[in-house]
Parts: sequence; structure tokens; C-alpha cells
Amino acid sequence: MDLAIVGISVLWLFLFGYIIIASIDFGAGFFSAYSELANTKHILHHIIQRYLSPVWEVTNVFLVFFFVGMVGFFPSAAFYYGTILLVPVSISNVLLAIRGSYYAFQTYGVKDSKIYTFLYGVAGLLIPASLSIVLTISEGGFVEMVDGNPVLLYEKLFFSPLTWSIVILSVVSVLYISATFLTAYADIAKDFDARRLLRKYALAWSGPTILSATLIIWQLRQHNFSHFEKIMDIWWIFALSGVFFVITVALLWMKKYYSLAFWSLIIQFSLAFFGYGISHYPYLLYPYLTIYDGFTNDAMATALIIAFIAGFALLIPSIWLLARLFLFNKSYVRGEKGKGGY
Amino acid sequence: MWEYDPVMFSRTLTGLTLAFHIIYATIGVGIPLMIAIAQWIGIKKNDEHYILLARRWTRGFVITVAVGVVTGTAIGLQLSLLWPNFMELAGHVISLPLFMETFAFFFEAIFLGIYLYTWDRFENQKKHMLLLIPVAIGASFSAFFITMVNAFMNTPEGFDIVNGALVNVDPIAAMFNPATPTKVAHVLTTAYMTSAFVLGSIAAFHLFRGRNHVYHKKSLYLMMKVGLIFSIATVIVGDFSGKFLAEYQPEKLAAAEWHFETEEKAPLMMFGWIDDNGEVQGAIEIPYALSILAHSDPTAEVTGLNEFPEDERPPLIVHYFFDLMVSIGIFLTLISLFYWFGIGRGWKIVEKKFFNFLLVLSGPLAIVAIEMGWFYAEFGRQPWILRGFMKTPEGATSAAYVDTMLFLFVGLYAVLGTASAIVLTKMFKNNPVEKELEEHALERGDR
Ligand code: HDD
Ligand code: HEM
Ligand code: HEM
Repeated sequence: MDLAIVGISVLWLFLFGYIIIASIDFGAGFFSAYSELANTKHILHHIIQRYLSPVWEVTNVFLVFFFVGMVGFFPSAAFYYGTILLVPVSISNVLLAIRGSYYAFQTYGVKDSKIYTFLYGVAGLLIPASLSIVLTISEGGFVEMVDGNPVLLYEKLFFSPLTWSIVILSVVSVLYISATFLTAYADIAKDFDARRLLRKYALAWSGPTILSATLIIWQLRQHNFSHFEKIMDIWWIFALSGVFFVITVALLWMKKYYSLAFWSLIIQFSLAFFGYGISHYPYLLYPYLTIYDGFTNDAMATALIIAFIAGFALLIPSIWLLARLFLFNKSYVRGEKGKGGY
Repeated sequence: MWEYDPVMFSRTLTGLTLAFHIIYATIGVGIPLMIAIAQWIGIKKNDEHYILLARRWTRGFVITVAVGVVTGTAIGLQLSLLWPNFMELAGHVISLPLFMETFAFFFEAIFLGIYLYTWDRFENQKKHMLLLIPVAIGASFSAFFITMVNAFMNTPEGFDIVNGALVNVDPIAAMFNPATPTKVAHVLTTAYMTSAFVLGSIAAFHLFRGRNHVYHKKSLYLMMKVGLIFSIATVIVGDFSGKFLAEYQPEKLAAAEWHFETEEKAPLMMFGWIDDNGEVQGAIEIPYALSILAHSDPTAEVTGLNEFPEDERPPLIVHYFFDLMVSIGIFLTLISLFYWFGIGRGWKIVEKKFFNFLLVLSGPLAIVAIEMGWFYAEFGRQPWILRGFMKTPEGATSAAYVDTMLFLFVGLYAVLGTASAIVLTKMFKNNPVEKELEEHALERGDR
């Protein structure tokens, strides 16, 4: 295996990590804001706070890891994407900043405020929507080269159906992932009211998720036929993903094995995500940049991979500790331990 | 009307984001150490006051971390968004420390999360305190790595350019470039120093307002002592930084000193202005001091600015940045020394309102010094973004709308700055020390 593939795989893995953890976080924020309006706050608030409080900063680092790693492994990506993404990513950036800081202000600082909760909830859906634009752009057709510099075609991007399908997928899958996770979490916490409500949300968002995903594949056929063909070459990965989707929904339907349902969802998304990644290979940006022309020199690539292995060896036990203390610790989850600990 | 100039807007936006981030980042680097010191003393002396200090500082710290994290994410993204050409080149050579920095963040974030939520989960306080060590290490290492990147921009090494192509890249040599030792040491010592003075000035403020609880006195005494130690270290390392500049970036030092002609026995000029004939007026002249700063020898020759081509000279305004930073450094060292002596000798003056007021100023002054130091370092590197290889305009983006983004972020920082200040004041106003001490006493009584 060559170094470029190692590099992109590592980054793709961390991006996947970010998407899952951040989806849980964004969705939870939205549900908690929604519950304020729907007067179900007392049911959801507690469970969401317990999960989110200790991990929000870690979520952000996953994103930072991805874009810093991208510059490291593929410096040319910094040039292409850096130039074209100025506006979309700056907007995501501002939303992330507002959401992250207000989360902290509210949890650690002042009392709840309705406006903040609302902004916080809405920002949670706008962030995935605005970040998903990057995936759309990577499909090509929205960038033009002028005097050797890439230029983003805003209007074309805005009026493309592909853009909007990807936006929709990003939003509904955030809600679906989050609701499924929180259902399982509520189950462990033995918080049955919350579980009942969240299960309903999870089922409600499952259909739109699979529909919009299918819609995107169909639209790629019009937009980027060679990518569509490559997806069809590995159709079985996507089919398998679909099987796990059915398993998750079935388990939720039967009101059984909620944790298993969540793990099945993870498998479903990872198959689809890696299937998408593999079919995108070797392009970082259709048709200008592949992982090979954009790759760094061998000395840097080797150094980065060594640093990654060393760093990972340090991280795994720490993440394990965090998960053991807060995610899988039944008495913490149920709120028996460390109440208002800090 | 103004013309759209992406380079100018990119520079302004970068400078703005960094100037804002650095306040929170510096505090983020230094405060974990202060918390650890307080908690450790508290455990050792079995003194509730110090434990409560650690606890209250931690609460404030979470707020500053949050703003540090979101503005740090902003600058991380902006490096690529505003300087894509620079990052493409630099990414080949200096991305290793940037990448390692993210692991430091991970480490810090994870253990901070654990530390925050486990105050009452351990029977043994010492175990809880151990969790702070990775937080402090993570924070200091993130400063360590990012400063290496900045050092590289000043003295790039670890690669060759042959016919326009990058060859012989050596990431380790790039990390340990000549600017790294002094830069990293100076950034770390100033971060600890600043955090100590910021916390000390909060205590001084309470005393100034007449709340004479021993809790505040203990806090003030501890932080002034720590501040003194690190400000002495800062001045020493600052002196080394001067020597580094004299050898590797003489134009930066010359610009800071308005030292135009190369000469021996060079004097140090403080403040003043330049008149129409290009003569320095009204400056405080300290004979031989520049030669000493640059080479530890009062008769040594110091390179003047005129040796450099006109279009490679840094802006002369850096003189004021440098002077302010140095003056503040010396002032803070002296005042904390005086306070420490005064307490030891029982001098009445250190209890006086007026003196207390000076101590209240120490925190804000330290932050001003941090800003001035960075402005000096960054403006003093101009016109280069990568000294000797790439000029700043060549590194900048060609994209449209940089001006709009600038306004967007100005708004963001205004909101974040105000909100974090309000939250911090509310948090401590609504929960005064006395009340919390009582609650803790009650809790223990109950058990
Ligand atoms: C509390 C803050 C503070 C204080 C009191 C001082 N400094 Fe400083 N200084 C910094 C905060 C700082 C900084 C923010 O950390 C800088 C900016 C970039 C850097 O490397 O460190 C810096 C840069 C910096 C540089 C430029 C280094 C370079 O660009 O490579 C020099 C020569 C000095 N300092 C020297 C001094 C001296 C002689 C001081 C004596 C009192 C001093 N500093 C006090
Ligand atoms: C954190 C404290 C820092 C502050 C307050 C700061 C401040 C500034 C300022 C005021 C400018 C504008 C200079 C000008 O236009 O003349 C600037 C430019 C810049 N700085 Fe810094 N800086 C800091 C640290 C860093 C670090 C650690 C890096 C690199 C990793 C960095 C990279 C840059 C870049 C790329 C530019 C734009 C190019 C240029 O104008 O030189 N800065 N910064
Ligand atoms: C170009 C310069 C810089 C970049 C690109 C940068 C990047 C970042 C990023 C991405 C984060 C958020 C990490 C997270 O998600 O947890 C962050 C936070 C932080 N940065 Fe910066 N940073 C820069 C300058 C600096 C400097 C000069 C220092 C120290 C002297 C510093 C110290 C920190 C610390 C300690 C944090 C953690 C937040 C906290 O504890 O307050 N950074 N930075």
C-alpha cells in the first residue's frame, strides 16, 4: 500500500469519527431546543446534558485533526480547497464558534436562556448543512481555473439539485444518528420516558435518511457519471449498508436491543461512508486534484505516520478512560455518581 | 472608496484572529499549572482555601478554554483559507508540529473533561489532582508545537529549493530551527507569568474593593510569588531572544531599536519619535545597552537597518511594541519583587490601597505585553511570511469576499469577547467565596 493511501485512510477514518460524534452532538442540541418548544424539556434535558457535557471539546478536536492532517498529507489540498472554500467554511466556522462557546457559557456559566437554546439548536443543523457543501464541491463542476487559481462558481453551486440533496442528507442523518444513539443511552440510563420519545424520533428520521441517500446516488449519475460508475462497481458495499439499515430499524421497531441497534447504525454509516470514499478515489477534487498529485514528500509522510502511530498509542487509553467514566459507566449515566461534580 | 485588496484584508483578519486567540490561549497554557500548584498546596497543607482556589479557577478556566478552542479552530482554518499559497509550501515542511499539536489538544481536551466532572468522585484528592497533569502537559505542548511553526516562519530550515522545486525535506530540522529554542522558551515562560499575574490581579481587585478575606490574601501572595519567578525567567529568556535576533534576524532587532547605522558600543533607545530628517528625538538613551542585549558585550558591533535593501525592512512602528513589552516586563518583575520583600519584612506600604491598585493592573498589563510581543514578532518579520523565501502578498489568497469575512469575524469576536466577560463576572458574583466556603464547611459537618 502506498503512503498516499495510508494518509487518506487515516484522515477519512477521523472524519468518520467526527461525523458520528458531531452528529450525536448536533442532533442532541436540536432535540433539546425542540423539547423546549414542545414542552418535553423535562424528559430530555437531563439525559442530553449528562452525555454532552464532558465530551464537547473532544468532538471539536476531531474536526481540527482532520483539517490539519489534510494540510499535512496533502498540501495542495490546502491550496485548492483553501482558496475556494473561503466563504462556506468561514460561515461554518462562525456557526461552530457560536455554538461551541455558548454551549460552554450555558453549561458552566449562566442560567438557561431560551434564545441561546434556540440558536444553539438551529446552529446544530446549519453546521452540518454548511460543511456538507465541501463534499458537493469535491464532485467537480463548481470550480473554474482562472489564471492558475481556482474560483468557486457560487451561483451554479446554489442552484444545483445535488447541493441540496447533500444538504438534506446531512441534516436528516444528523437527526437519525443522534436519536438512535440517545435512545440507546436512555435505555442504559433506564430513563424510559426519554427512551420512548427518542425512539419515536429515530424511527421518524430513518426513512428520510435512506431516501435522501438514494436520491444522491441517482443525482450523481447526472452530475458526475464516472463517479456514479465507480459506485456501481462496488454496489455490494452500499447494499450491505442497506441491510444494516434494515436491521437497525427493525430492532428499534421491536423495542429491543437498543445498543445493538446503534452499533448496527454505525456499521451502516461506515460502510456507506467508506464505500463513498473508495469510489471517490483517487480524486480529492474532480477533476483537478488527485491524492497523488497533491501528496506531500516521502520524508514528511513518513514522519506524519510515525507521529500518528505514537499519538494514537497515547490517545486510545485516554479515550477508553473517558468512555469508561462517562459513556459506559452505568452509575454515571443514571446520574448516581458525580452529580454536578464540578 | 477603497479598492479590494485581498492581501490587506487577509493580513488584517489573520492578525485580528490571532490577537484575540492569543489572550485565551496564553491563559489556557498557564492556568492549568496554577490550578495544579494551588491544589497541591491545598492537599499538602490540608488547607480548604487553596482547594477552593483551584476549584474556582477551574470554573473560570472552562470559559476561557471554550473561547480558546473556538478561536483556535478559526485560526487553524484561516491559515488555509487566507494563506493557501503559503500553506501549500509550508505544509510540505512544517506540518509535522501542526499535526502533533492536534494530539496535544486531544490529550488536554480528554483529561479536562474528566477532571471537571470528577471533583467528588475520588476518595483521594491526590488522584483527582493527577488528572491535571495531562491537562497542563497538553496545553503547554500545544504552545510548544505551534510556536515551532511560527519559529519556522522566521528562520526557515530543513529544506532546499532547487529550480523552484522543494527537495531534501527534513521535518525534524524544520521543527528545531534556530528560532525554536528562544521562541518556545519565551512563549512558555510568558504564558505562565501572565496567568499568574491575571489570577493575582483578580485577588488584588477583591482586596482593593475592601473584601479582606484571607482567601484573597493567600491567592495574591501565591500568585505574586509564582509571577515573580516566571517574570525573572521571562526577562532572562527575553535577553536570549535579543541575542538570537542579533544573529539570525538582525533587521528585526534593528527596526525595534531604530538602529540605522551599523556601529559598535550601540546604545538602547527607549520610546521617542523620528523627526522629518530621520533623526530619533526624545528617546531615553541607555549607553551600551543594545550591544549588551545583542552580544553580551558593551563594545560589540550591532548591525544597522541601513544594511538591508529598502523593500526588506520591517515597519518602524515595531519600536514601540518592543519598548512597551520590555517596560512592562521590567515593571512587573520589580513590583512583584517589591511585594514579596514587603510581605516578608512587614512593610506597611504593600497593604496600601495605592499599591494594591498597581497589583490590580498587573494582569491586564501582562496581557498587553503578550500582545505587544506578538505584534513585534509578526510585524517585525514583514515583508516576509516565510523569511527569505516568500513575501506576504505571495502567500495570500486570491479569493473574493475576504473583506466581508473580515466583518463577519469582527462581529464574532465582539460577541465572544463580551459574552465571555459577562459570563465570567456573573459566575463569580453570584457565587461569592464566603458563601462557597460556608457550604463546604456545612457539607463536611454533615458527613
Ligand atoms: C508577558 C509578556 C512578555 C514580557 C513581559 C516580555 N515578553 Fe518578549 N515576547 C513575548 C512576551 C513578553 C511574546 C508574546 O511571548 C513574544 C512574541 C513572539 C515570541 O516569540 O514571544 C515576545 C517576543 C520577544 C522578542 C522577539 C523574538 C522573535 O521575534 O523571535 C524579543 C527579542 C523579546 N520578546 C525580548 C524581551 C525582553 C528583553 C523582555 C524583557 C523584559 C521581554 N521580551 C518581556
Ligand atoms: C498568537 C499570537 C500571535 C499574534 C497576536 C499574531 C499577530 C499577527 C499580526 C498582528 C499579523 C499581521 C502582521 C502584518 O500584517 O504586518 C500576523 C500575521 C500572520 N501571522 Fe501571526 N501572530 C501570532 C502568532 C502566529 C503564529 C503562531 C503563526 C503561525 C503558526 C502566525 C502566522 C501568521 C501568518 C501566516 C500571518 C500572515 C502573514 C503575515 O502578515 O506575516 N502567527 N500575526
Ligand atoms: C497560527 C497559530 C495558531 C493556530 C493555528 C492555533 C490553533 C488552535 C486550535 C485549532 C485550537 C483548538 C483546539 C481544540 O479544538 O481543542 C487552539 C486552541 C489552543 N491554542 Fe491555539 N493556535 C495558534 C496559536 C496559538 C499560540 C501562539 C498558543 C500559545 C502560546 C496557542 C495555544 C493554544 C491553547 C493552549 C489552546 C487550547 C485552548 C485553551 O486551553 O484555551 N495557540 N489553537
